[in-house]
Amino acid sequence: MPSFYHETHTLFGHLRNPVLQWIFSIDHKRIGLMYMVLMFTLFFLAVGAALTMRAELFAPGAQFLEPQTYNELFTFHGVTMIFLFIVPGIPATLGNFLLPLMLGAHDVSFPRLNLISFWFYVLGVILGISSLVTGQGFADTGWTFYAPYSIRTDAHVLSTLSAAFILGLSSILTGLNFIVTIHRLRAPGMGFFKMPLFIWGLYATAWIQVLATPVVGITLLLVILERTLGIGIFDPTKGGDPVLFEHLFWIYSHPAVYLMILPGFGIVSEVLPAFTRRTIFGYHAIAISSASIAGIGYLVWGHHMYTSGMSDIARVIFSFLTFLVAVPTGVKIFDWVATMYKGSIVLATPMLWILGSIINFTVGGLTGLTLGAIGPDIHLHDTYYVVAHFHYTILGGVIFMFIGGLHYWYPKITGKLYDEGLARIAFGLAFVGFNMLWFPMFLAGFFGNPRRYFDYLPDFTVYHQISGVGALLIASGLLLIVYTFYRGLRSGRDAGPNPWNATTLEWHIPSPPPLENFPKIPYVDFEPYEYEAGEPLVQFDENFRRIR
Amino acid sequence: MQQEMAYDAQGQPHPVVDFHDDYGGAKLGFWVFLMTEAMMFGTLFLLFAIYFYRHTESYVASSGHLDVWLGGTNTVILLVSTYTMGLSTMMLRRGRVRAAVLLVGATALMALIFLGIKAVEWNMEISRGIYPGSGVLDALDRGEILFFGLYFVMTGLHGLHVIAGVALMSWVLLLIRSGGIRPEHTIVMKNVTLYWDFVHLVWIILFPLFYMIGV
Ligand code: HEM
Ligand SMILES: [Cu+2]
Repeated sequence: MPSFYHETHTLFGHLRNPVLQWIFSIDHKRIGLMYMVLMFTLFFLAVGAALTMRAELFAPGAQFLEPQTYNELFTFHGVTMIFLFIVPGIPATLGNFLLPLMLGAHDVSFPRLNLISFWFYVLGVILGISSLVTGQGFADTGWTFYAPYSIRTDAHVLSTLSAAFILGLSSILTGLNFIVTIHRLRAPGMGFFKMPLFIWGLYATAWIQVLATPVVGITLLLVILERTLGIGIFDPTKGGDPVLFEHLFWIYSHPAVYLMILPGFGIVSEVLPAFTRRTIFGYHAIAISSASIAGIGYLVWGHHMYTSGMSDIARVIFSFLTFLVAVPTGVKIFDWVATMYKGSIVLATPMLWILGSIINFTVGGLTGLTLGAIGPDIHLHDTYYVVAHFHYTILGGVIFMFIGGLHYWYPKITGKLYDEGLARIAFGLAFVGFNMLWFPMFLAGFFGNPRRYFDYLPDFTVYHQISGVGALLIASGLLLIVYTFYRGLRSGRDAGPNPWNATTLEWHIPSPPPLENFPKIPYVDFEPYEYEAGEPLVQFDENFRRIR
Repeated sequence: MQQEMAYDAQGQPHPVVDFHDDYGGAKLGFWVFLMTEAMMFGTLFLLFAIYFYRHTESYVASSGHLDVWLGGTNTVILLVSTYTMGLSTMMLRRGRVRAAVLLVGATALMALIFLGIKAVEWNMEISRGIYPGSGVLDALDRGEILFFGLYFVMTGLHGLHVIAGVALMSWVLLLIRSGGIRPEHTIVMKNVTLYWDFVHLVWIILFPLFYMIGV
């Protein structure tokens, strides 16, 4: 059967040119892959910026960067990593590719809209990157665009703001498409509680995308109008209130943290059953905790603003709510541990990344609790402690999960296997490098090293130097993954439909999947993760009738 | 197209929902889209409320500058236009295509009149020197700067939605002509009606906020 690489549907019927066949393809799998290529290119650009920062920070004093260049670098790094990479990341790439496969659908509900959101994304990228080359330099506000600085600075903030706005639009459309797809196109028989947990992650994420993104969209639009027309909503000289900007910004951006993490959690919940060969422990608890994390996540934005001027009562309430989010998150982590307990764990690469991510994320989560408490936060606010905390959750947590997922579904996407040996070395480099990179920053921040400075007191030198070495290690680990994947494509062995003995629907079709995924849609009246003696319990014949 | 079936272990067939022509999906998608719109306007209403709380007096004073009669006329126009738009969908459903076309046309016309009146109003403010960033406005007190800042942003955004509405209605007319919308296939029509309902609803809230608090 020809795969989706060989034939496709496009916006304009049958196109001959293979490049156009990609650009105009409305097949969810191709769209997912296009996102993937573009996003990882941007990711590596942003890593490049980070390495430049780390090189500058290798010794106290100015090395080779102007302070202003440093400001632009961390803004570029932050904006790219957050808005261009990790927020849209997993849903747009793996989500797009897998959602219909896991649901037993031929495509998403609105394939054309899906392509349009991709184009919006491209437009956002172009707008965002353009300020790098148009001569005025990148924005220097940090990725948070705090007013009134973002209204006053001479740097090129407008194009970055518009980029963020358009990216928001793209993200909303993806979320909308996913919600409708999940509601409408589940295979017959598949109730909500028979969906794979990755879908639950995407579902919760999609609601956040839809309900939170418009808030930041209009807020950024107001800053744009502020700069161009001077409407004064956030400008203190005109009576506007910059703290309101912070509120509105974090009403989006805190839930956005869960936007990043929930799909990652979903990946964990897919990989664990496959490599422990058991049903996941507490399926319902995991599914519902995704939804409750998304819900509570709306109410905690104030913990970013303890030092910005808020009443004591508000601070206490926000602190309490912040702690509350830890509960469903803890539920998930314990369920995962319980799944592994007494399971016959297969330490293949996806599993390594997932285990690494759980460790890192736990460190990130626990340090997050210290920041959610008002007292410590007053001390630690805007120090490297915060920077270490969010890199632990996002890079050590989400991105590790993401990379684990990429390894897990690599055979499905490409039809090939990668080299386990190389992949494990890459994991080792990244895991050790990561912890060397960020653990010292907890200490530096705890002892008072502020963030967003291109320089520091000599007392902090040792932390920054260990960190610099760690950065090199993780970067080489990441490059090694790229090489491993490339080699797998060139000379990997054929994967077959189900190399991991996994149970969910996508593993019952050929790798890579055919154009419309399923020759016949299966009837799904079974749980997603059922094993019997280490083998998937449910089996289909070639017409997708159940034979076991 | 033939209905695809999935067969369970007993061999019973179950219909598969396809993404082509999924009426329920299109409707759900549009409702979700409207939620994002509601969140966006909701944010602006929130800003309005906060600043109203802080600058009640200057808000009331600035509101008195706006022309209630023009605003009121516009409110009535929008009310009638949602009615005609709703009616047009009903007519189409009953197979009375020509009546539907006329009603959509009438709705679009009213939307244009609305925009015209809006332009007159904006023009009145601007000719008094009141527009964002102007010297006259910036010399007024803070509550008034904020009031007019929000006035221009919110009515402007609403106006953009009206323009989009006109575009959508023209598109609907084209689709009816080309057979893309038929009495048995009205989902686009329904969604555009829903959209217009929303646009009218936003105005129903905007009107008292901006025009009536000074009366
Ligand atoms: C190789 C990996 C990475 C390295 C070496 C790195 C390094 C850095 C450094 C040195 C800073 C500036 C700290 C400061 O001066 O305050 C920074 C800031 C930041 N990083 Fe990373 N980072 C990496 C990966 C990531 C990833 C994967 C993300 C998110 C997806 C991320 C998000 C951010 C954000 C949001 C900021 C704050 C920017 C701002 O202050 O506006 N980083 N990173
Ligand atoms: Cu937060």
